[in-house]
Amino acid sequence: MNREQVAALKELMAQEFTALEFHLYLDTHPTDQRALMEYNEACRQLMVLKQRYQQCFGPLTFCESSGYPWQWIEEPWPWQISY
Amino acid sequence: MWFYEKKLQYPAKVGRANLRMAKYLITQYGGPDGELAASLRYLTQRYTMPTGQAKAILTDIGTEELAHLEIIATLVYKLMDRSTVGEIEAAGLGAYYADHDKALYYVNGESVPWTAAYIQSKGDPVADLHEDMAAEEKARATYEWLINLSDDPDLNDTLKFLRQREIVHFQRFGETLQLVQEHLDSKRVY
Ligand SMILES: [Fe+2]
Repeated sequence: MNREQVAALKELMAQEFTALEFHLYLDTHPTDQRALMEYNEACRQLMVLKQRYQQCFGPLTFCESSGYPWQWIEEPWPWQISY
Repeated sequence: MWFYEKKLQYPAKVGRANLRMAKYLITQYGGPDGELAASLRYLTQRYTMPTGQAKAILTDIGTEELAHLEIIATLVYKLMDRSTVGEIEAAGLGAYYADHDKALYYVNGESVPWTAAYIQSKGDPVADLHEDMAAEEKARATYEWLINLSDDPDLNDTLKFLRQREIVHFQRFGETLQLVQEHLDSKRVY
């Protein structure tokens, strides 16, 4: 995996982590409107990053469209990557 | 249901192959306070939680623990990568090698296999949430001791991330316990 792809992947990982933190926080603070707004915004930004990443490097999860041939089986898998 | 995302939650790095740390770290894979125990505990306790809020937090943290299980597996895999049989034996992992080669298996640092006896699912939400809070503190302490054992800054960076997650999970379970207790008290009024 080249440097550009690792950098894009790490950016996406960081953004997803931000969204996850808000998600868990909202589970116990469901009426915190500011956190909810920040969660929605974090998810929106994550969608953009994921769309861009998958267009360049193939599907990250179920039901993301694939180029030919079927890209899901391409290596490296996450534990094989030097971050 | 679940889908897999072909990525880690955190960029799991090691500075160098290190069989001594692999031997210690495997306990967070299949040991009593490890990530498998954490995930399976929360994911089985969630069914009998009394509120939507408690069901949500157990589902979400149980799922995050699976991501941590994958991070631990990645670290152990990388720590053992490219090591020779001689090195494996010298590190005290000869018996492990005989059973598993370098494959990942659910054991603690002394090769005791994972057992469901590590976890409980009591049906009493207050009892279960107290167990969950204790589990998070025990996992946090294990990461603490592992960091003390390691002199690899890259490995420690990932271990510190995981330690921090246990602190956040403890906090969320504590808040959930309070919300569940308020819910149970409000029902008792009638
Ligand atoms: Fe945890």
